[in-house]
Amino acid sequence: MKESALRDVLVGLFVLAGLAAVAYLSVTLGGFTYRGGGGMLITATFDEVGSLKPRAPVVIGGVKVGQIKAIGLTADLRARVTLDIDSGVALPADSSASILTSGVLGDQYIALEPGAEQDTLKDGGEIQYTQSAVILERLIGKVVENLGADSE
Amino acid sequence: MTAEPIAQLGRLATRFVLDLGRLTTFGSLVTGAAGTPPLRARRILDELYAVGVLSVPIIGASGLVVGLVLGLQGHNTLVRFGAEENLGAVVGLTLIRELGPVLTALLVTGRAGSAIAAEIGAMVVTEQLDGLRMMSIDPLDFVVKPKAVAMVLAMPLLAALFIVLGLAGGYLVGVVFVGGDGGIYLSSLESAVEFREDVVGSFIKAGVFGTLVALISTYRGFTSEPNAAGVSAATTSTVVVGSVAILVFNYFVTALWRF
Repeated sequence: MKESALRDVLVGLFVLAGLAAVAYLSVTLGGFTYRGGGGMLITATFDEVGSLKPRAPVVIGGVKVGQIKAIGLTADLRARVTLDIDSGVALPADSSASILTSGVLGDQYIALEPGAEQDTLKDGGEIQYTQSAVILERLIGKVVENLGADSE
Repeated sequence: MTAEPIAQLGRLATRFVLDLGRLTTFGSLVTGAAGTPPLRARRILDELYAVGVLSVPIIGASGLVVGLVLGLQGHNTLVRFGAEENLGAVVGLTLIRELGPVLTALLVTGRAGSAIAAEIGAMVVTEQLDGLRMMSIDPLDFVVKPKAVAMVLAMPLLAALFIVLGLAGGYLVGVVFVGGDGGIYLSSLESAVEFREDVVGSFIKAGVFGTLVALISTYRGFTSEPNAAGVSAATTSTVVVGSVAILVFNYFVTALWRF
């Protein structure tokens, strides 16, 4: 009888540990999050987002302040990125957003450059100044074009 | 007499199909038993101890070592491209998508599946199942169901433990041994892993493998020849058929889940 009680405790611990592992994998790693109105959503429109993906980080001065929530198209066929910014970040209305790459093979992310205005961006606001992702092939194409023009 | 090899092939095929049909019937009977009361919670809890708790040491040790190896191999390869910051993604995706569920299922087949087949086989030999039938207790409900249910429940939990310990192993190599940054390891891990595609897919695999091992091990034990050689054959074939089935189904689940 005593042994059976110990067994039950061990089975209980096993189930708890297993469920904790499942929860860790789902919530922390999988990003299966429900945010109850904590962050604010801000949009930014780019000509080119490159290989930017949802859940990529949004940083200010290298500090992560949010993540990409969605990427879609506007009516005039430009790329609209929705940023989920942590609450408590007071972003000046004239801030700018650029798409950068971390390292050579790294993933792309959005870096925000705070502006100088007193007004701050509210939930649902839009960042006016954006700088698109740099596409290496286009840069190379331009260089080749310029070289061709010089030699003529 | 030249037809003899062909006849042999024919017998083999017939036996295979017959076996498959019996396994399916057996599976539907066990599923039916699992859906009808009594629940037999006490028996399921005892089996959960045998299948789950007693498998934790081997699963934990294997997971940790697999994570250590993945960390080392991943680091060695990534460092050539100056991309060590992606180590978390490499270790995490490998473990969650493939190695976690598959290796856990193979280990559990060897440790617990074989034990289930041997135990039920020994009950066949000693006519315990017939004894239960005489008392009008359905052995499918009393013996097979708790073992099968415990196996199906334990497999995803064990796989999750395996994966988390593997991630810790990768962290140990990538951060403590070779001196990388812990935050970079974790953020690379977090940004690479998708909930539906990776995590849910991983648990679907573990559930499918748990069902396979539960069915095969109980079926082999239940249908073993009533002698010592029969029990040993049932145990062996549980491990062999179970392992092959896991690897084959792994392909199909992967293909279907990422169409």
